[in-house]
Amino acid sequence: MIDGLIPGTIDYITMAIIRVTNLTKKFKDLIAVDDVNLEIEEGECFGLLGPNGAGKTSIIRMITAVSPPSQGDIWVDGRELRKYPREVKAILGVIPQTDNLDEDLTVIQNLLTFARYFAIPKDVAYQRSMEILHSMALEEKRNSKIDELSGGMKRRLLIGRGLVNAPKIIILDEPSIGLDPQARHMVWRKLRELKSQGITQLLCTQNMEEAARLCDRVAIIHRGRIIDIDTPQAFVTRYMSSRVWEIDLASEERDSIVRELESRQLEFEEFAGIIHIFPKDDSQVEGLPGVARVATLEDVFFKLTGRSLVE
Amino acid sequence: MRPFSWRFFRLWQRDRDVFFRLWHSEGAGAIIEPILVLLAFGMGMGAFVGDIGDQRYIEFLAPGIIAAYAMFAASFECTYGSYFRMEHHYTFDAILATPLNVEDITAGEIFWGATRAFMTGCIILAIAAAFQLVPSFWALLIPLVAALSGVMFASIALFFTSIVPSIYTFNFFFTLFITPMFLLSGVFFPLTEFPKIVQTLSWIAPLTPVAHLTRGLFQGEFRPEMLMALGIMVAWAIVFFSITLVTMRRRLTK
Repeated sequence: MIDGLIPGTIDYITMAIIRVTNLTKKFKDLIAVDDVNLEIEEGECFGLLGPNGAGKTSIIRMITAVSPPSQGDIWVDGRELRKYPREVKAILGVIPQTDNLDEDLTVIQNLLTFARYFAIPKDVAYQRSMEILHSMALEEKRNSKIDELSGGMKRRLLIGRGLVNAPKIIILDEPSIGLDPQARHMVWRKLRELKSQGITQLLCTQNMEEAARLCDRVAIIHRGRIIDIDTPQAFVTRYMSSRVWEIDLASEERDSIVRELESRQLEFEEFAGIIHIFPKDDSQVEGLPGVARVATLEDVFFKLTGRSLVE
Repeated sequence: MRPFSWRFFRLWQRDRDVFFRLWHSEGAGAIIEPILVLLAFGMGMGAFVGDIGDQRYIEFLAPGIIAAYAMFAASFECTYGSYFRMEHHYTFDAILATPLNVEDITAGEIFWGATRAFMTGCIILAIAAAFQLVPSFWALLIPLVAALSGVMFASIALFFTSIVPSIYTFNFFFTLFITPMFLLSGVFFPLTEFPKIVQTLSWIAPLTPVAHLTRGLFQGEFRPEMLMALGIMVAWAIVFFSITLVTMRRRLTK
Protein backbone atom coordinates (compact mmCIF):
# COMPACT_ATOMS: atom_id res chain seq x y z
CA MET A 1 0.00 0.00 0.00
CA ILE A 2 2.62 2.55 1.05
CA ASP A 3 6.15 1.67 0.01
CA GLY A 4 8.58 1.10 2.82
CA LEU A 5 6.27 1.81 5.74
CA ILE A 6 7.97 0.53 8.83
CA PRO A 7 5.81 1.39 11.81
CA GLY A 8 7.62 2.42 14.94
CA THR A 9 10.92 3.44 13.42
CA ILE A 10 12.21 6.79 14.60
CA ASP A 11 13.13 8.30 11.23
CA TYR A 12 9.55 8.02 10.09
CA ILE A 13 8.32 10.16 12.92
CA THR A 14 10.48 13.00 11.68
CA MET A 15 9.74 12.52 8.00
CA ALA A 16 5.97 12.71 7.83
CA ILE A 17 4.05 15.55 9.47
CA ILE A 18 1.03 13.26 9.91
CA ARG A 19 1.59 9.57 10.39
CA VAL A 20 -1.24 7.17 11.01
CA THR A 21 -0.70 3.48 11.65
CA ASN A 22 -3.26 0.68 11.82
CA LEU A 23 -6.00 3.18 12.55
CA THR A 24 -9.35 1.51 13.22
CA LYS A 25 -12.66 2.91 14.39
CA LYS A 26 -15.44 0.57 15.41
CA PHE A 27 -18.94 1.64 16.30
CA LYS A 28 -21.43 -0.82 17.74
CA ASP A 29 -21.94 -3.03 14.70
CA LEU A 30 -19.97 -1.08 12.12
CA ILE A 31 -16.29 -0.82 11.28
CA ALA A 32 -16.08 2.76 10.00
CA VAL A 33 -12.32 2.81 9.57
CA ASP A 34 -10.47 -0.42 9.02
CA ASP A 35 -6.71 -0.61 9.56
CA VAL A 36 -5.74 2.58 7.78
CA ASN A 37 -2.09 3.59 7.30
CA LEU A 38 -1.20 7.03 6.04
CA GLU A 39 1.69 9.36 5.98
CA ILE A 40 1.47 12.91 4.86
CA GLU A 41 4.53 14.96 4.04
CA GLU A 42 5.06 18.50 5.24
CA GLY A 43 3.78 21.07 2.71
CA GLU A 44 1.76 18.52 0.81
CA CYS A 45 -1.93 18.68 -0.04
CA PHE A 46 -3.25 15.21 0.64
CA GLY A 47 -6.75 14.17 -0.36
CA LEU A 48 -9.04 11.56 1.11
CA LEU A 49 -11.42 10.64 -1.66
CA GLY A 50 -14.37 8.38 -1.11
CA PRO A 51 -18.13 8.05 -1.32
CA ASN A 52 -20.46 8.89 1.58
CA GLY A 53 -19.87 6.67 4.57
CA ALA A 54 -16.44 5.56 3.34
CA GLY A 55 -14.88 6.63 6.64
CA LYS A 56 -13.27 9.93 5.59
CA THR A 57 -14.90 12.01 8.29
CA SER A 58 -14.19 9.36 10.93
CA ILE A 59 -10.49 9.48 10.01
CA ILE A 60 -10.49 13.26 10.27
CA ARG A 61 -12.31 13.20 13.60
CA MET A 62 -9.67 10.89 15.00
CA ILE A 63 -6.76 12.98 13.66
CA THR A 64 -8.29 16.10 15.22
CA ALA A 65 -8.63 14.36 18.61
CA VAL A 66 -12.42 14.61 18.67
CA SER A 67 -12.98 10.89 18.45
CA PRO A 68 -10.77 8.31 20.17
CA PRO A 69 -9.49 5.55 17.85
CA SER A 70 -10.54 1.98 18.63
CA GLN A 71 -7.06 0.95 17.61
CA GLY A 72 -3.92 2.39 16.07
CA ASP A 73 -1.62 5.37 16.54
CA ILE A 74 -1.60 8.91 15.24
CA TRP A 75 1.49 11.10 15.19
CA VAL A 76 1.27 14.73 14.23
CA ASP A 77 4.37 16.91 13.86
CA GLY A 78 6.42 14.45 15.89
CA ARG A 79 3.93 14.18 18.75
CA GLU A 80 1.74 11.27 19.66
CA LEU A 81 -1.81 12.56 19.56
CA ARG A 82 -3.06 10.39 22.40
CA LYS A 83 -0.52 11.92 24.80
CA TYR A 84 -0.48 15.50 23.52
CA PRO A 85 -3.94 16.35 22.19
CA ARG A 86 -3.78 20.02 23.25
CA GLU A 87 -0.34 20.59 21.72
CA VAL A 88 -1.39 18.92 18.49
CA LYS A 89 -4.69 20.81 18.27
CA ALA A 90 -2.77 24.07 18.77
CA ILE A 91 -1.05 23.65 15.38
CA LEU A 92 -4.11 22.38 13.49
CA GLY A 93 -6.63 24.47 11.63
CA VAL A 94 -9.84 22.49 11.33
CA ILE A 95 -12.41 23.51 8.74
CA PRO A 96 -15.50 21.39 9.23
CA GLN A 97 -18.15 20.37 6.75
CA THR A 98 -21.08 21.54 8.87
CA ASP A 99 -21.15 25.23 9.58
CA ASN A 100 -20.42 25.58 13.27
CA LEU A 101 -19.74 29.30 13.40
CA ASP A 102 -20.79 30.88 16.67
CA GLU A 103 -24.17 32.38 15.80
CA ASP A 104 -24.31 34.33 19.05
CA LEU A 105 -21.30 36.39 17.93
CA THR A 106 -20.53 38.71 15.02
CA VAL A 107 -18.10 37.91 12.22
CA ILE A 108 -15.08 39.54 13.85
CA GLN A 109 -16.04 38.27 17.31
CA ASN A 110 -16.04 34.76 15.88
CA LEU A 111 -12.38 35.16 14.95
CA LEU A 112 -11.36 36.96 18.14
CA THR A 113 -13.16 34.49 20.40
CA PHE A 114 -11.62 31.57 18.53
CA ALA A 115 -8.17 33.16 18.86
CA ARG A 116 -8.77 33.35 22.61
CA TYR A 117 -9.33 29.58 22.77
CA PHE A 118 -5.79 29.31 21.41
CA ALA A 119 -4.54 31.79 24.04
CA ILE A 120 -3.36 34.19 21.35
CA PRO A 121 -2.66 37.66 22.80
CA LYS A 122 -5.38 40.22 22.12
CA ASP A 123 -3.41 42.58 19.87
CA VAL A 124 -2.00 39.73 17.76
CA ALA A 125 -5.47 38.21 17.50
CA TYR A 126 -6.98 41.48 16.35
CA GLN A 127 -4.31 42.12 13.74
CA ARG A 128 -4.51 38.58 12.43
CA SER A 129 -8.32 38.63 12.33
CA MET A 130 -8.29 41.82 10.27
CA GLU A 131 -5.79 40.27 7.85
CA ILE A 132 -7.95 37.18 7.55
CA LEU A 133 -11.11 39.21 6.92
CA HIS A 134 -9.22 41.16 4.28
CA SER A 135 -7.91 38.08 2.48
CA MET A 136 -11.33 36.40 2.63
CA ALA A 137 -13.06 39.52 1.28
CA LEU A 138 -15.18 39.80 4.43
CA GLU A 139 -13.97 43.16 5.71
CA GLU A 140 -17.28 44.86 5.09
CA LYS A 141 -19.11 42.12 6.96
CA ARG A 142 -16.95 42.33 10.06
CA ASN A 143 -19.78 43.50 12.31
CA SER A 144 -22.51 41.41 10.67
CA LYS A 145 -24.36 38.63 12.38
CA ILE A 146 -23.64 35.12 11.12
CA ASP A 147 -27.17 34.57 9.81
CA GLU A 148 -26.77 37.60 7.56
CA LEU A 149 -23.98 35.89 5.60
CA SER A 150 -24.44 33.93 2.39
CA GLY A 151 -23.34 30.29 2.15
CA GLY A 152 -20.14 31.28 0.38
CA MET A 153 -19.31 33.93 2.98
CA LYS A 154 -19.89 31.48 5.82
CA ARG A 155 -17.54 28.99 4.20
CA ARG A 156 -14.89 31.67 3.75
CA LEU A 157 -15.28 32.68 7.37
CA LEU A 158 -14.99 29.03 8.43
CA ILE A 159 -11.73 28.77 6.49
CA GLY A 160 -10.58 32.07 7.94
CA ARG A 161 -11.40 30.89 11.44
CA GLY A 162 -9.28 27.80 10.81
CA LEU A 163 -6.31 30.06 10.11
CA VAL A 164 -6.59 32.21 13.21
CA ASN A 165 -3.96 30.19 15.09
CA ALA A 166 -1.53 30.30 12.11
CA PRO A 167 -1.70 26.51 11.80
CA LYS A 168 1.04 24.27 10.37
CA ILE A 169 -1.60 21.90 9.06
CA ILE A 170 -5.13 22.59 7.95
CA ILE A 171 -7.71 19.86 7.82
CA LEU A 172 -10.69 20.41 5.57
CA ASP A 173 -13.86 18.35 5.33
CA GLU A 174 -15.61 18.94 1.98
CA PRO A 175 -14.50 22.58 1.73
CA SER A 176 -16.52 23.41 -1.37
CA ILE A 177 -19.67 21.35 -0.87
CA GLY A 178 -22.87 23.27 -1.54
CA LEU A 179 -21.12 26.32 -3.00
CA ASP A 180 -21.88 27.97 -6.33
CA PRO A 181 -19.09 27.84 -8.96
CA GLN A 182 -17.81 31.34 -8.20
CA ALA A 183 -17.53 30.70 -4.49
CA ARG A 184 -16.02 27.28 -5.12
CA HIS A 185 -13.27 28.71 -7.28
CA MET A 186 -12.50 31.37 -4.73
CA VAL A 187 -12.14 28.69 -2.06
CA TRP A 188 -9.85 26.67 -4.32
CA ARG A 189 -7.70 29.69 -5.10
CA LYS A 190 -7.41 30.37 -1.40
CA LEU A 191 -6.35 26.80 -0.66
CA ARG A 192 -3.69 26.88 -3.39
CA GLU A 193 -2.42 30.12 -1.92
CA LEU A 194 -2.14 28.51 1.52
CA LYS A 195 -0.28 25.58 0.02
CA SER A 196 2.20 27.95 -1.59
CA GLN A 197 2.82 29.32 1.91
CA GLY A 198 3.93 25.84 2.91
CA ILE A 199 0.86 24.89 4.95
CA THR A 200 0.18 21.17 4.87
CA GLN A 201 -3.39 20.30 3.89
CA LEU A 202 -5.43 17.22 4.56
CA LEU A 203 -8.51 17.47 2.42
CA CYS A 204 -11.45 15.19 2.51
CA THR A 205 -13.74 15.31 -0.49
CA GLN A 206 -16.05 13.48 -2.81
CA ASN A 207 -15.55 16.05 -5.53
CA MET A 208 -13.19 14.60 -8.14
CA GLU A 209 -12.42 17.93 -9.73
CA GLU A 210 -11.48 19.33 -6.36
CA ALA A 211 -9.19 16.40 -5.63
CA ALA A 212 -7.58 16.54 -9.07
CA ARG A 213 -7.02 20.29 -8.92
CA LEU A 214 -5.76 20.68 -5.39
CA CYS A 215 -4.17 17.46 -4.21
CA ASP A 216 -0.59 16.33 -4.67
CA ARG A 217 -1.63 12.85 -3.63
CA VAL A 218 -4.96 11.19 -3.14
CA ALA A 219 -6.02 8.17 -1.11
CA ILE A 220 -9.12 6.46 -2.44
CA ILE A 221 -11.16 5.16 0.47
CA HIS A 222 -13.93 2.65 0.29
CA ARG A 223 -15.75 0.93 3.15
CA GLY A 224 -13.25 2.17 5.71
CA ARG A 225 -10.17 0.93 3.87
CA ILE A 226 -7.61 2.69 1.72
CA ILE A 227 -7.76 1.09 -1.70
CA ASP A 228 -4.82 2.94 -3.20
CA ILE A 229 -2.71 6.08 -2.84
CA ASP A 230 -1.14 8.00 -5.70
CA THR A 231 -1.01 11.35 -7.50
CA PRO A 232 -4.20 12.21 -9.41
CA GLN A 233 -2.39 11.97 -12.78
CA ALA A 234 -0.73 8.67 -11.94
CA PHE A 235 -4.10 7.26 -10.93
CA VAL A 236 -5.49 7.98 -14.37
CA THR A 237 -2.51 6.62 -16.27
CA ARG A 238 -2.25 3.54 -14.09
CA TYR A 239 -5.88 2.53 -14.16
CA MET A 240 -7.22 4.03 -17.37
CA SER A 241 -6.61 4.25 -21.04
CA SER A 242 -6.09 7.89 -21.92
CA ARG A 243 -9.56 8.17 -23.34
CA VAL A 244 -12.97 6.83 -22.48
CA TRP A 245 -15.54 6.01 -25.16
CA GLU A 246 -19.09 6.63 -24.03
CA ILE A 247 -22.18 5.21 -25.72
CA ASP A 248 -25.56 6.51 -24.63
CA LEU A 249 -27.75 3.47 -25.19
CA ALA A 250 -31.16 3.36 -26.74
CA SER A 251 -32.76 0.14 -25.58
CA GLU A 252 -33.38 -1.44 -28.97
CA GLU A 253 -29.75 -1.29 -30.05
CA ARG A 254 -28.25 -2.36 -26.73
CA ASP A 255 -27.93 -6.07 -27.41
CA SER A 256 -26.31 -5.64 -30.80
CA ILE A 257 -23.79 -3.14 -29.44
CA VAL A 258 -22.89 -5.36 -26.50
CA ARG A 259 -22.43 -8.31 -28.90
CA GLU A 260 -20.16 -6.15 -31.05
CA LEU A 261 -18.08 -5.08 -28.01
CA GLU A 262 -17.73 -8.66 -26.88
CA SER A 263 -16.62 -9.76 -30.33
CA ARG A 264 -13.97 -7.01 -30.31
CA GLN A 265 -12.92 -8.20 -26.81
CA LEU A 266 -13.17 -4.68 -25.40
CA GLU A 267 -13.11 -3.84 -21.70
CA PHE A 268 -16.37 -2.03 -20.88
CA GLU A 269 -18.83 -1.16 -18.12
CA GLU A 270 -22.54 -0.65 -18.41
CA PHE A 271 -24.32 1.53 -15.93
CA ALA A 272 -27.57 3.48 -15.96
CA GLY A 273 -28.01 3.23 -19.72
CA ILE A 274 -24.48 4.28 -20.59
CA ILE A 275 -21.68 2.04 -21.76
CA HIS A 276 -18.15 3.13 -20.83
CA ILE A 277 -15.42 1.57 -22.96
CA PHE A 278 -11.75 1.78 -22.08
CA PRO A 279 -10.00 1.23 -25.43
CA LYS A 280 -6.23 0.77 -25.81
CA ASP A 281 -6.28 2.86 -28.97
CA ASP A 282 -8.81 4.54 -31.25
CA SER A 283 -8.89 1.74 -33.84
CA GLN A 284 -10.65 -0.50 -31.30
CA VAL A 285 -13.71 1.73 -31.22
CA GLU A 286 -13.79 2.60 -34.91
CA GLY A 287 -17.28 2.52 -36.36
CA LEU A 288 -19.03 2.44 -32.97
CA PRO A 289 -21.62 5.06 -32.08
CA GLY A 290 -20.84 7.37 -29.15
CA VAL A 291 -18.21 9.94 -28.20
CA ALA A 292 -14.68 9.97 -26.86
CA ARG A 293 -13.59 11.99 -23.85
CA VAL A 294 -10.47 12.33 -21.71
CA ALA A 295 -10.30 9.90 -18.81
CA THR A 296 -10.49 11.54 -15.38
CA LEU A 297 -10.01 10.72 -11.75
CA GLU A 298 -13.73 10.12 -11.62
CA ASP A 299 -13.39 7.13 -13.96
CA VAL A 300 -10.70 5.71 -11.69
CA PHE A 301 -12.90 6.35 -8.70
CA PHE A 302 -15.83 4.46 -10.21
CA LYS A 303 -13.56 1.65 -11.30
CA LEU A 304 -12.21 1.24 -7.76
CA THR A 305 -15.33 1.85 -5.71
CA GLY A 306 -18.05 0.67 -8.06
CA ARG A 307 -20.88 2.57 -9.63
CA SER A 308 -23.75 1.47 -7.49
CA LEU A 309 -25.00 3.72 -4.70
CA VAL A 310 -23.30 3.33 -1.36
CA GLU A 311 -25.68 3.84 1.52
CA MET B 1 -12.68 11.05 34.80
CA ARG B 2 -10.18 13.54 33.40
CA PRO B 3 -9.45 16.89 35.04
CA PHE B 4 -10.30 20.26 33.54
CA SER B 5 -7.73 23.01 33.13
CA TRP B 6 -7.62 26.82 33.43
CA ARG B 7 -8.73 26.88 29.80
CA PHE B 8 -12.33 26.54 31.03
CA PHE B 9 -12.03 30.31 31.55
CA ARG B 10 -11.96 30.80 27.75
CA LEU B 11 -15.41 29.26 27.42
CA TRP B 12 -16.64 31.21 30.44
CA GLN B 13 -15.45 34.39 28.71
CA ARG B 14 -17.31 33.39 25.55
CA ASP B 15 -20.56 32.84 27.43
CA ARG B 16 -20.08 36.10 29.32
CA ASP B 17 -19.50 38.07 26.11
CA VAL B 18 -22.60 36.60 24.51
CA PHE B 19 -24.69 37.32 27.60
CA PHE B 20 -23.68 40.95 27.78
CA ARG B 21 -24.23 41.32 24.05
CA LEU B 22 -27.77 39.97 24.35
CA TRP B 23 -28.57 40.78 27.98
CA HIS B 24 -31.51 43.06 27.17
CA SER B 25 -33.37 40.19 25.54
CA GLU B 26 -32.29 37.45 27.91
CA GLY B 27 -31.33 39.06 31.20
CA ALA B 28 -34.18 41.54 31.65
CA GLY B 29 -36.94 38.91 31.74
CA ALA B 30 -34.96 36.83 34.20
CA ILE B 31 -34.87 39.76 36.62
CA ILE B 32 -38.40 41.10 36.24
CA GLU B 33 -40.10 37.80 37.13
CA PRO B 34 -38.60 37.32 40.62
CA ILE B 35 -39.34 40.95 41.47
CA LEU B 36 -42.96 40.50 40.41
CA VAL B 37 -43.25 37.31 42.44
CA LEU B 38 -41.65 38.95 45.45
CA LEU B 39 -43.92 42.00 45.35
CA ALA B 40 -47.15 40.21 44.37
CA PHE B 41 -46.83 37.41 46.91
CA GLY B 42 -44.95 39.40 49.53
CA MET B 43 -47.30 42.36 49.60
CA GLY B 44 -50.50 40.98 48.12
CA MET B 45 -50.63 37.61 49.82
CA GLY B 46 -48.54 38.81 52.75
CA ALA B 47 -51.41 41.09 53.78
CA PHE B 48 -53.58 38.01 54.38
CA VAL B 49 -50.87 35.73 55.73
CA GLY B 50 -49.72 38.11 58.39
CA ASP B 51 -46.39 37.63 60.17
CA ILE B 52 -44.31 34.49 60.28
CA GLY B 53 -42.69 34.37 63.70
CA ASP B 54 -41.65 37.96 64.32
CA GLN B 55 -41.18 38.77 60.61
CA ARG B 56 -43.40 40.22 57.97
CA TYR B 57 -44.22 37.66 55.29
CA ILE B 58 -42.32 39.56 52.59
CA GLU B 59 -39.18 39.45 54.74
CA PHE B 60 -39.61 35.72 55.08
CA LEU B 61 -40.21 35.36 51.35
CA ALA B 62 -37.31 37.50 50.02
CA PRO B 63 -34.41 35.12 50.80
CA GLY B 64 -36.48 32.21 49.44
CA ILE B 65 -36.96 34.06 46.17
CA ILE B 66 -33.23 34.72 45.94
CA ALA B 67 -32.48 31.01 46.42
CA ALA B 68 -35.19 29.90 43.97
CA TYR B 69 -34.31 32.30 41.16
CA ALA B 70 -30.59 31.62 41.49
CA MET B 71 -31.59 27.98 40.92
CA PHE B 72 -33.68 28.92 37.86
CA ALA B 73 -30.85 31.02 36.39
CA ALA B 74 -28.28 28.21 36.62
CA SER B 75 -30.77 25.53 35.55
CA PHE B 76 -32.01 27.33 32.43
CA GLU B 77 -28.50 28.28 31.39
CA CYS B 78 -27.20 24.71 31.58
CA THR B 79 -30.26 22.98 30.12
CA TYR B 80 -31.73 24.95 27.21
CA GLY B 81 -28.70 27.23 26.86
CA SER B 82 -26.08 24.49 26.84
CA TYR B 83 -28.26 22.18 24.75
CA PHE B 84 -28.64 24.78 22.02
CA ARG B 85 -24.93 25.43 21.96
CA MET B 86 -24.21 21.69 21.85
CA GLU B 87 -26.82 20.28 19.48
CA HIS B 88 -28.12 23.16 17.36
CA HIS B 89 -25.18 25.53 16.92
CA TYR B 90 -22.41 22.90 17.21
CA THR B 91 -20.50 25.43 19.29
CA PHE B 92 -18.80 22.74 21.37
CA ASP B 93 -17.75 20.78 18.28
CA ALA B 94 -16.05 23.90 16.96
CA ILE B 95 -14.32 24.52 20.29
CA LEU B 96 -13.10 20.92 20.50
CA ALA B 97 -10.88 21.68 17.49
CA THR B 98 -8.95 24.13 19.69
CA PRO B 99 -6.72 23.33 22.69
CA LEU B 100 -9.81 23.15 24.92
CA ASN B 101 -11.00 19.65 25.75
CA VAL B 102 -14.42 18.34 26.80
CA GLU B 103 -13.66 18.83 30.48
CA ASP B 104 -12.74 22.50 29.95
CA ILE B 105 -16.02 23.04 28.09
CA THR B 106 -17.99 21.28 30.83
CA ALA B 107 -16.37 23.30 33.61
CA GLY B 108 -16.76 26.52 31.63
CA GLU B 109 -20.48 25.93 31.16
CA ILE B 110 -21.01 25.04 34.82
CA PHE B 111 -19.07 28.04 36.11
CA TRP B 112 -20.93 30.31 33.73
CA GLY B 113 -24.24 28.88 34.99
CA ALA B 114 -23.00 29.57 38.53
CA THR B 115 -22.13 33.12 37.49
CA ARG B 116 -25.70 33.63 36.30
CA ALA B 117 -26.94 32.41 39.69
CA PHE B 118 -24.50 34.79 41.40
CA MET B 119 -25.69 37.75 39.34
CA THR B 120 -29.31 36.90 39.98
CA GLY B 121 -28.60 36.65 43.71
CA CYS B 122 -26.87 40.06 43.70
CA ILE B 123 -29.65 41.81 41.84
CA ILE B 124 -32.60 40.46 43.85
CA LEU B 125 -30.69 41.13 47.06
CA ALA B 126 -30.05 44.72 45.98
CA ILE B 127 -33.73 45.19 45.18
CA ALA B 128 -34.78 43.69 48.50
CA ALA B 129 -32.35 46.08 50.20
CA ALA B 130 -33.84 48.99 48.27
CA PHE B 131 -37.24 48.06 49.69
CA GLN B 132 -35.60 47.95 53.15
CA LEU B 133 -36.36 44.28 53.57
CA VAL B 134 -32.83 43.19 54.55
CA PRO B 135 -32.32 43.16 58.32
CA SER B 136 -28.70 41.94 58.58
CA PHE B 137 -25.29 42.72 57.12
CA TRP B 138 -24.63 38.99 56.99
CA ALA B 139 -26.88 39.10 53.91
CA LEU B 140 -23.81 40.33 52.00
CA LEU B 141 -22.67 36.69 51.99
CA ILE B 142 -25.82 35.58 50.15
CA PRO B 143 -24.39 36.08 46.62
CA LEU B 144 -21.63 33.62 47.54
CA VAL B 145 -24.25 31.08 48.60
CA ALA B 146 -26.04 31.77 45.31
CA ALA B 147 -22.79 31.10 43.43
CA LEU B 148 -22.22 27.81 45.26
CA SER B 149 -25.82 26.77 44.70
CA GLY B 150 -25.22 27.81 41.08
CA VAL B 151 -22.34 25.34 40.75
CA MET B 152 -24.61 22.66 42.22
CA PHE B 153 -27.67 23.37 40.05
CA ALA B 154 -25.62 24.01 36.91
CA SER B 155 -23.86 20.64 37.42
CA ILE B 156 -27.19 18.85 37.90
CA ALA B 157 -28.66 20.63 34.86
CA LEU B 158 -25.66 19.94 32.62
CA PHE B 159 -25.64 16.33 33.75
CA PHE B 160 -29.24 16.09 32.58
CA THR B 161 -28.34 17.88 29.34
CA SER B 162 -25.56 15.37 28.69
CA ILE B 163 -28.01 12.45 28.75
CA VAL B 164 -31.22 13.82 27.20
CA PRO B 165 -32.26 12.43 23.80
CA SER B 166 -34.01 15.65 22.75
CA ILE B 167 -34.81 19.15 23.90
CA TYR B 168 -38.38 18.16 24.84
CA THR B 169 -37.05 15.96 27.62
CA PHE B 170 -36.30 19.12 29.60
CA ASN B 171 -40.04 19.37 30.31
CA PHE B 172 -39.60 16.45 32.69
CA PHE B 173 -36.62 18.07 34.34
CA PHE B 174 -38.57 21.21 35.09
CA THR B 175 -41.99 19.79 35.94
CA LEU B 176 -40.73 16.85 38.00
CA PHE B 177 -37.62 18.32 39.60
CA ILE B 178 -37.33 22.11 39.51
CA THR B 179 -40.98 23.15 40.00
CA PRO B 180 -41.68 20.80 42.95
CA MET B 181 -38.57 22.16 44.67
CA PHE B 182 -39.70 25.71 43.97
CA LEU B 183 -43.00 24.97 45.71
CA LEU B 184 -41.96 22.58 48.47
CA SER B 185 -38.46 23.50 49.65
CA GLY B 186 -39.38 26.24 52.06
CA VAL B 187 -39.34 29.15 49.62
CA PHE B 188 -42.93 30.31 50.15
CA PHE B 189 -43.73 28.89 53.57
CA PRO B 190 -41.89 27.16 56.41
CA LEU B 191 -41.95 23.38 56.27
CA THR B 192 -42.87 23.14 59.94
CA GLU B 193 -46.53 22.36 59.17
CA PHE B 194 -45.54 19.12 57.42
CA PRO B 195 -45.06 15.83 59.30
CA LYS B 196 -41.54 15.33 60.65
CA ILE B 197 -40.77 12.65 58.07
CA VAL B 198 -41.61 14.99 55.17
CA GLN B 199 -39.48 17.73 56.70
CA THR B 200 -36.52 15.36 56.89
CA LEU B 201 -37.06 14.05 53.38
CA SER B 202 -37.28 17.54 51.97
CA TRP B 203 -33.57 17.97 52.76
CA ILE B 204 -32.87 15.56 49.91
CA ALA B 205 -34.11 18.21 47.48
CA PRO B 206 -31.08 20.42 46.78
CA LEU B 207 -33.05 23.67 47.06
CA THR B 208 -33.99 23.06 50.72
CA PRO B 209 -30.48 23.57 52.15
CA VAL B 210 -30.00 26.64 49.91
CA ALA B 211 -33.25 28.19 51.19
CA HIS B 212 -32.28 27.51 54.82
CA LEU B 213 -28.78 28.90 54.47
CA THR B 214 -29.90 31.98 52.53
CA ARG B 215 -32.65 32.75 55.04
CA GLY B 216 -30.31 32.34 57.98
CA LEU B 217 -27.80 34.82 56.53
CA PHE B 218 -30.60 37.16 55.51
CA GLN B 219 -31.79 37.40 59.09
CA GLY B 220 -28.31 37.23 60.59
CA GLU B 221 -29.21 34.17 62.63
CA PHE B 222 -26.88 31.23 62.94
CA ARG B 223 -28.20 27.77 63.55
CA PRO B 224 -26.23 24.50 63.41
CA GLU B 225 -28.42 23.28 60.54
CA MET B 226 -26.90 26.02 58.37
CA LEU B 227 -23.53 24.24 58.50
CA MET B 228 -25.27 21.03 57.54
CA ALA B 229 -26.93 22.89 54.66
CA LEU B 230 -23.56 24.12 53.44
CA GLY B 231 -22.15 20.59 53.65
CA ILE B 232 -25.04 19.13 51.66
CA MET B 233 -24.63 21.76 48.93
CA VAL B 234 -20.89 21.12 48.62
CA ALA B 235 -21.50 17.38 48.47
CA TRP B 236 -24.15 17.62 45.73
CA ALA B 237 -21.96 20.02 43.78
CA ILE B 238 -18.89 17.76 43.88
CA VAL B 239 -20.85 14.62 43.02
CA PHE B 240 -22.69 16.07 40.03
CA PHE B 241 -19.73 18.08 38.78
CA SER B 242 -17.66 14.89 38.66
CA ILE B 243 -20.33 12.76 37.02
CA THR B 244 -20.97 15.44 34.43
CA LEU B 245 -17.30 15.55 33.43
CA VAL B 246 -17.67 11.89 32.49
CA THR B 247 -21.09 12.02 30.82
CA MET B 248 -20.24 15.10 28.75
CA ARG B 249 -17.11 13.36 27.44
CA ARG B 250 -19.28 10.42 26.48
CA ARG B 251 -21.75 12.67 24.71
CA LEU B 252 -19.26 14.82 22.81
CA THR B 253 -16.61 12.32 21.73
CA LYS B 254 -17.86 9.33 19.82
